[in-house]
Amino acid sequence: MEGARERWVRTGGIELCVAELGDPEQPTVVLVHGYPDSKEVWSEVAVRLAERFHVVLYDVRGHGRSTAPAPLRGGFTLEKLTDDFLAVVDAVSPDRPVHLVGHDWGSVQAWEFVTVKRTEGRIASFTSMSGPSLDHFGHWIKSRMTRPTPRRVGQLLGQGAKSWYVYMLHTPVLPELAWRGPLGKRWPRILERVEKVPSGDYPTSSLPQDAAHGAWLYRDNIRARLRRPRADAYAHVPVQLITPTGDAFLSERLYDDLELWAPQLVRRTLPAKHWVPRTRPDRLAAWITEFITANEDGVPAKDAAATGPYADRFGGQLVLITGAASGIGRATAFAFAEAGARIVAVDRDAEGAARTADMSRLIGAPEAWAETVDVSDEQAMEKLAEKVAAEYGIVDVLVNNAGIGLSGSFFDTTTEDWKKVLDVNLWGVIHGCRIFGKQMTERGQGGHIVNTASAAAYQPSKALPAYSTTKAAVLMLSECLRAELAGQGIGVSAICPGFVNTNITSTARFAGVDETEEKRRQKKSARLYGLRNYPPEKVATAILRAVVKNQAVVPVTPEARGAHLMSRFTPRTLRAIARLEPPL
Amino acid sequence: MPTAVKTELDARLSGFREVQRLAYECAEAVAAQLKPGVTEREAARMQREWLRERGVRDWFHLPFAWFGDRTAFVNFRIPLQFFPTNRRLEAGMPFILDMAPVYKGFTADIGYSGCLGLNPVHNRLLADLEVHRELILREVREQRPLREIYEDVDRLMVRQGYANRHRAYPFGVIAHKVDQVKERRWSPNVFGFGTQSLKGLASDALHGHRDGWSPLWSPYKFSDHPPRPGLWAVEPHLGFRGTGAKFEEILVVTDSKDPEQSAFWLDDDLPHVRRWAEEKAA
Repeated sequence: MEGARERWVRTGGIELCVAELGDPEQPTVVLVHGYPDSKEVWSEVAVRLAERFHVVLYDVRGHGRSTAPAPLRGGFTLEKLTDDFLAVVDAVSPDRPVHLVGHDWGSVQAWEFVTVKRTEGRIASFTSMSGPSLDHFGHWIKSRMTRPTPRRVGQLLGQGAKSWYVYMLHTPVLPELAWRGPLGKRWPRILERVEKVPSGDYPTSSLPQDAAHGAWLYRDNIRARLRRPRADAYAHVPVQLITPTGDAFLSERLYDDLELWAPQLVRRTLPAKHWVPRTRPDRLAAWITEFITANEDGVPAKDAAATGPYADRFGGQLVLITGAASGIGRATAFAFAEAGARIVAVDRDAEGAARTADMSRLIGAPEAWAETVDVSDEQAMEKLAEKVAAEYGIVDVLVNNAGIGLSGSFFDTTTEDWKKVLDVNLWGVIHGCRIFGKQMTERGQGGHIVNTASAAAYQPSKALPAYSTTKAAVLMLSECLRAELAGQGIGVSAICPGFVNTNITSTARFAGVDETEEKRRQKKSARLYGLRNYPPEKVATAILRAVVKNQAVVPVTPEARGAHLMSRFTPRTLRAIARLEPPL
Repeated sequence: MPTAVKTELDARLSGFREVQRLAYECAEAVAAQLKPGVTEREAARMQREWLRERGVRDWFHLPFAWFGDRTAFVNFRIPLQFFPTNRRLEAGMPFILDMAPVYKGFTADIGYSGCLGLNPVHNRLLADLEVHRELILREVREQRPLREIYEDVDRLMVRQGYANRHRAYPFGVIAHKVDQVKERRWSPNVFGFGTQSLKGLASDALHGHRDGWSPLWSPYKFSDHPPRPGLWAVEPHLGFRGTGAKFEEILVVTDSKDPEQSAFWLDDDLPHVRRWAEEKAA
C-alpha cells in the first residue's frame, strides 16, 4: 500500500503485519479484512479515510504477511483473534478508543470484539458489512427452528443455500488443495467477472496461502458458536450496519432482529455485491467518515434525523434533479431530502430552485444547493457538471425531469415550436445523461439515472404530437441506455406519470391559437388537471421506489398504467382514443 | 361616512374585536398547558371549558384541535376527520387550535398554530403565512373577484412549495362570512356547528344566491364576485409534508370608496402578527 508505515506487532507467538496511514493525532480507524483477503482489500477505502483519520490495517494471523499459528487447528478461535486485535490497538492507539470497521470475516471477528467484556472502553464505534455475529446467527437459526412458519423456514433455507461454501470449507484438505491449485489461479478472474471487482493490485499473490489458512477460521468457530451461541452478545458501542443488497453469501434477512443486540444501530443499504470495499470505496468512506464523526463529537449524525422511507439507502448520497423549482421535480427533491440525501436542485427559475434547496435542508437533507441552468444549453450543462463534480462530488442519482408542454395539431406546430420542445424535453435529457452519466461511468461505482418521460410516450394523441414525440424518444433513450449501463451497476428508469397536478399546464404552449385563446386553454387544462388532482408527491414516491428496485419503465397514475397495458395488448383502442378531441 | 353610522360600526367592531381577543387568549392559555401525551380531545375540551367559564354559551363551531400530521390534513377524506381524535401530542409536534365562540352576540373564528418545542419546518410555514395575509388584504382592497384572489393565494402557496390545505375544508373555503348572532336560551349544535350561526349563514347564502354572491369564499364559480361588505373569517392553511400551519382572523370589508377603509383586518394585535413583528425586530 502506497505511503503506508509498516510495523510488526508480537502477540501469542505470532507476528502481525500492521500498516498505518494518515495523521496519528486524528481518531484511529482500524480496518479488519475478511476471507479470502488480506489487508490490501481495504486499500481504496483506506486512502480515502486517511485524509481525515489515522487509519490502521493489519493482516489477520495466517494471512498476508502475518505469520500463521502452529498447529493451525485451534489457532484461529475468536478468543485468539480478539487477543490479536487488542495487541494491535494497544500498539497504535494506547490511550484512545478506536473506531472499528470490518468486512466479511473481519466483521464476524469484530462482532466478537464489540460484544465481549475485555474490549470495553477500547472501541468507540463499529461499522459492519457482510459479516454477522456468529452468536446472533446462532440465535437467528434457533429461533427459526423452534418456531417455524413458512416464511421463517424460507429464510432458513435461503440462507442455508447461500452458505454452501461454509460446508465445503469444513471438508478436510480439499479446500486447501483447491486454493493452492486451480481455484487460487482463477480467483482474480472470477472476482472480476462475477463480482465486478476492478482488477489491479488486488487480490495479492499471497491469496492461495491466505485462503488455505483461512479455512481454519470456519473450522475453529462456526460449529461451536452456532451450536452454543453466547446469550450475552450485546454490542457495547454504536453500530452502523452496511448491507449490500446483491450479496451472494448473506441474505438481508439475517439482520432483521439486530436492534435487539445493538441498541444504537444505524442501517445502510447499498445496491452492490459482496466485495464493497473494492467496488464502492467512495460510498463506504463517506458513510464511515460520517458515522465516526458523529460518534466522535457525541452528536448523532445529522442525517440520522432523516426519517423518510429509504433513508438507509439514500442517506448522504448526492442527488441532482433538473426542473426542481416546481411540480414533480420539487416533490422529488423533497422526497430525497427526507431520505437524507444531499440535493442539487437545478432549474431555469433561480428563485424556485433556491426555495427547493432551502426547504430540502429543513426536512432532512444534510446539504442542498440550487443551480440556475437551462438544460437545453449544452455548455451550461457541461459547466454545471464540472462545478458539481469539483464542489459536491460525483452524482449518485440523476433525475432528468425538466420538461415543457406543447399542445396543438401537427400542422399548427411551427418549426420553432418543434425546436424548442425538442431542445428542452429531449436534448435536456440527452445532455444530462451524457454529461453526468459519463462522470458516473468513469467513477465506476454505480449510480442511477431517472428520466421523466410521460404517459404520452406510448399513448398517441392528435393534440400533442410534438410533446409525445419527445417523450417517446426519452422513453426509448432510457431503455437503450439501461441496456448499455447495466454491466456497470448503473440503473436507468423512465417514469411515465400521466395527468399530474403541476404547473406544466399553465406554462404549456398551445400552437395555432392566439394569445387569449392560449391563456384560456392553459387555464382550462390547469383546471382539469386540478380536478384530477393527482399529487406530484406520489410521483416522487414512485421515483424513489424505481431507483431502489431499479425498475425500467414506471407508469404512475392509474390512467398511465391503463394506457401502458393497452399499448401492449390493445394498441388499436389507443389509436382510436388518439383521434378524440381533448375537452379544452 | 356619517358620524352616527361610524359610531354604530365602531361599536359593532369592538364587539367582534373583544370576542376575537378572547378566543386568542383562550388559544394561548390552552397552548401553554399542552404537554406531551395530551390528546386532541383533551385539548378541545380545555378550550371549551376555558371559554364556558368566561361566559361563552353559543358557538359558530365547537373548538377543534389537530396534532402532528393532522395539522396538514394528511389523508383527510371525509369531514368527520376534522373532529378531535385520541392522537397524542409529542415533543416537536405541530398543533392547531381552531375555535369559533359566540360571545354577547358577536362571533369570532380563529386558528392558532403552535408547536411543542423546536420544529424548523413549522417555523418556516408560520413565517411564510405573512405574505398571504398581505396578499389577501391588498387584493380585497383592489376589489378583485374572490375566486381570483383564491387562485392567487393558491399560486403563491405552490410557489412557496406548499400544498393548499384549506381546499380540504367544506366547499374548499378559504373564508366565510361571520355575523352577529341572536342570543337564545337554547342553542343546540349540529355536527359541532351552532344552529344560530348556521341559520345566519344559510340566510346569507339564500340572499346571496339571488344577488349573485356567496357567504363562502371558495375556488368555485359561486365565489366569482367582488368582496361583499361584511366580516369575513379568513383562514389560509399551508401544508408541507405532514406539517400544517394556518391563521384565522376577521377581515372587515366595507363599501367605502377609500381603499384603506374598504378593507382592513379587524385587529392587528394578534399572536401571529406580533410574532412576525418580533422576528423583524430581531
